[in-house]
Order: sequence, then structure tokens, then C-alpha cells
Amino acid sequence: MEDLKVEKITETLIQHSDVYAIALHHRFQWEEAQQSYVILFPEGMVKLHGGAGEVIKRVDGKATVGDIVAELKLAFPDAENIEKDIIGMFDMAYGKAWIRKI
Amino acid sequence: MTQTSLGESVVQKAIHNEKQGQSQAQNNGVAANITQTQPLWLLAEVTYRCPLHCAFCYNPTDYDKHTQNELTTEQWIQALRDARKLGAIQLGISGGEPLLRDDIEDIVIEAKKLGYYSNLITSGVGLTEKRIQAFKDGGLDHIQLSMHDITEEINNFITNTRTFELKKKVAAMIKNHGYPMVLNVVIHRYNIGHIKEILEMAEALGADYVELANTQYYGWSLVNRNQLMPLKEQIDYAEKITNEFREKVGSKMKIFFVVPDYFGNRPKKCMNGWGEVFMIVTANGDVLPCHSARVLPNMEFPNVRDKGLEWAWKDSPAFNKYRGDSWMKGPCVTCPEKHNDLAGCRCQAFLLTGDAESADPVCSLSPNHHLIEKAIEDSKNPVLASQPIIFRTDKNSKKYASGESRERVEEFHALP
Ligand code: SF4
Ligand code: SF4
Repeated sequence: MEDLKVEKITETLIQHSDVYAIALHHRFQWEEAQQSYVILFPEGMVKLHGGAGEVIKRVDGKATVGDIVAELKLAFPDAENIEKDIIGMFDMAYGKAWIRKI
Repeated sequence: MTQTSLGESVVQKAIHNEKQGQSQAQNNGVAANITQTQPLWLLAEVTYRCPLHCAFCYNPTDYDKHTQNELTTEQWIQALRDARKLGAIQLGISGGEPLLRDDIEDIVIEAKKLGYYSNLITSGVGLTEKRIQAFKDGGLDHIQLSMHDITEEINNFITNTRTFELKKKVAAMIKNHGYPMVLNVVIHRYNIGHIKEILEMAEALGADYVELANTQYYGWSLVNRNQLMPLKEQIDYAEKITNEFREKVGSKMKIFFVVPDYFGNRPKKCMNGWGEVFMIVTANGDVLPCHSARVLPNMEFPNVRDKGLEWAWKDSPAFNKYRGDSWMKGPCVTCPEKHNDLAGCRCQAFLLTGDAESADPVCSLSPNHHLIEKAIEDSKNPVLASQPIIFRTDKNSKKYASGESRERVEEFHALP
């Protein structure tokens, strides 16, 4: 299924009040062998580096984007520009259909 | 099951995604560093038994030898555990028809426990409400329905309501249990003219994804190559129809058209590299780096019953033989493109040229490329094309295993 990844054009401006969940038929888990979080789906897997993993880990269909930003700011007080990175991660994950909007 | 069910295109996809996401999601380094390979994909060909008799099946022509000594449930579960330790994460449960085993439920439960993303690849024959419920409860992630049999199934699919009704029933079951409806159709001369009808049927079945996989020539499909290969013009036309259909249905049904490599001028990077991400455990426990590797000469493939999967993957001579590029010959060894395709498919090179280390003859730079051109010519020869199709049956398999029917396979090296 080579062309599965139809690039979606995301005009989505992620809102702080938005709530997301992991997309249907996708699974998020820690992979010991990869030493990282991954998202699994029928055609493969994406490996999420530390920061991305921390964001997606909190995507549970309940927390708002704002909640997640606040939580991560608390957890990583030294990280600069963290909010921009988080929103960017949401943008990408939504664009790639790894997460769905509730 | 056959063709690209869980094959190289899928693996490439996985790598592709990682590359695309590199700025955010790292490359896992699998393709970049061959000393750190992990069998991310485990394909469990749990049985070679199958109620269907597809002429394009790429199971080995002598599969009948391997139907008597299938691994037990316990052995499968052990294999799943061992592969998981090596980093396997995607599990394909395939065959033959996997549903002919009554322990798929147990395998699914164990797969879930171990954290696999599990895919069942089935013709749907033998899928019941009770079984699919058990799969769902057990944690099966995904089902792929294959549309296979050349004379009966595909034609009936188009013309015969009974087969269509059966597929419809199975498709509905799949959807009702919250699975996406993924349909795989193998394309060849006898159905390529019906692409539109096939797509309409798929739409009527409520398919979410349709994979139109052009036949690749291994095993039974190689024996039947003259009968099965469509013309280039037919493929182009089918692709055009597919594109038009795509426009019409929009995103509701995603359609993939997998082009056959005979009509390209570069080979595919087979299995995304020998022993790099893909591991197959066959019904009798043989461990292979690709579906048809058993045709290769002077190779002894490891078996899970002997030294286990870790040894098979890391240390067995078979898995190490074609890792990397040090085994290559000209023109590949000095070719600037060698890392794109790793010289193509070893089995195809051997089957068609008799030399497993030569360039895949699909490559226009291969000194043997004329063999592909000849095959394309032969497929247009009405005398050859009118030879009977040899179906994948136990009886025919026994014939090949015992050396009968040589004349049909003579030109292909080492087809048993
Ligand atoms: S005979 Fe057909 S259904 Fe059975 S394993 Fe082969 S291709 Fe698949
Ligand atoms: S010559 Fe060999 S390495 Fe170069 S493109 Fe052809 S098959 Fe690939």
C-alpha cells in the first residue's frame, strides 16, 4: 500500500480547546526494542522521538490541547518555545491522520 | 496468501513514513545500518493448506511437502515471543488459508499480550461470526480480505451472485466488528479487463481500502506466467480506469495500484533488503527472509525447531548471505544506484538467470534483461498462452515435488 499516505492539506489551526484521540486502527505504545514511543497502524509504524512521544502520550480523548500544553510546560520548565513545538506536533499528527478530533 | 499482501511495498511504506516524518519522528536507522537490523515485520504463514487453488499463488510449487509437519500452537506462541524480543512489532497471520487452523484465536490472544499489531490475511472462507468475535475479543487489530481464485472466485465475483454474496457477508462481518474493510485483489490477464467492475463491486462491499496488486511471478504464478501476464497496454488502461474511479469515489475508498516490476526498468528493493526488516516463519517452521527464498540453491534455511529465532535472524548463514552489498557482482557492485534497490530480488535473479547473485533481470542494466523482454514477448504468443493453466492443487504440487511436469518449469531454475 505504497501511496496510502495521502498528504492532507492542513489548514487546521489547532485550537487550545480542541480534544484529540489516537486515530481509529492506530495504536500508540512504548517500544522497548526501539527505546521510543511508536504509533502502529496496518501499513507500518512511526517512531516518535522523545518530545513527540511526550505529546502523543497525553492525547487521550479527554485532555484539551490547552491542558496538554500546560502540563508539558510544567513538566519541562526549561524547554524554550515548547508551545510552538507542541502545536506543530499536533498539526503534523492530525495532518498525517495519526490522531482524530473528538 | 499471495502477492503484496504484507510484502515489500508495505515495508517500504513503513520506512517511507519514517523518512517523511524525520524532522519530528526519527529514522529508526534500520535501513541505514545493516548491523542493527530488526525483524520489524513477522509474517506467520501458519499453514500451506488452502481451500482455494489460485493459479498465481506464490506459495512454493512443492508446498505439499510442508503440509504434514505444521508447527503446533505452542511452537507458534514461542516463535511470537522470540520474535518480539528481537523487535518484531507487526505480525501478519497468513497462509495458505490461516482460518483452516483452529488455533488462530490463541495466536491472536498471545499476539495482543505481547504488544504486536496483528493483521489477519484471509480469503474469508471459514470466517464465522463466532470466530470474528473471538478475534475481536482477543485483540486482533486488522483483517485483510483477499480476492483470489482466478477462474472461480474472480470471475464469480463479477458474474456469480453466490460468491459475491459470500464476500458481502464476510465484508459486513468485518465492518460490523469495527475493522476497516481492506480488500486485496490480484490482477492478471483474466481480470485486468474488469478493473472497473472489480472496483464497483469493492465499492458495493463497502471497502475502505482496495489494493490492486499486479501478479508478480514466483511459485505458481511463474509456472503460469505465459497465461497470466497482461499486456503493457492493458496495465496502462487499467491504471487509467483506476485513476478515474479514484476521482469519482474520493476519499471514501482508497485505491492502490501496484505496478508489476516486469514493465519497469529498475527492480524493486526486494523485502526492503534481505534480512533487514522482514522475517517469515513458514508452516513447518522454516525461517525465511522472503516468501520464495526456498528456491535459492546451496542455502540451508534455519528452522525454529533447531536453534531458535534469535540465531536464525542474527547468525544463520542464510540470513547473512545477502545482507548489505558485499556479495554483489557487476554491474551492480559499481552501480551508483545500488543502494536504491540492492540489486533487486535474489529469487527472481536466480529463477530467471540461474545466478542468484546477478542483477535482477528486471533492471535494464542487467546483461540478462533480454529474459524479461522475452517473457513479455512469449506472453503474447498465442500458442504458449493457450497452454493450460496449472492450478495450485495438492495433486499438481505432488507432481512438481516428484519431478513430473518438468517441461513446464525447465526454463526456470530450481523450481521443484
Ligand atoms: S491458493 Fe489462493 S487463497 Fe490459497 S494461499 Fe494461494 S493465493 Fe492464497
Ligand atoms: S545495475 Fe544492479 S544495482 Fe544498478 S540499478 Fe540495476 S539492479 Fe540496481
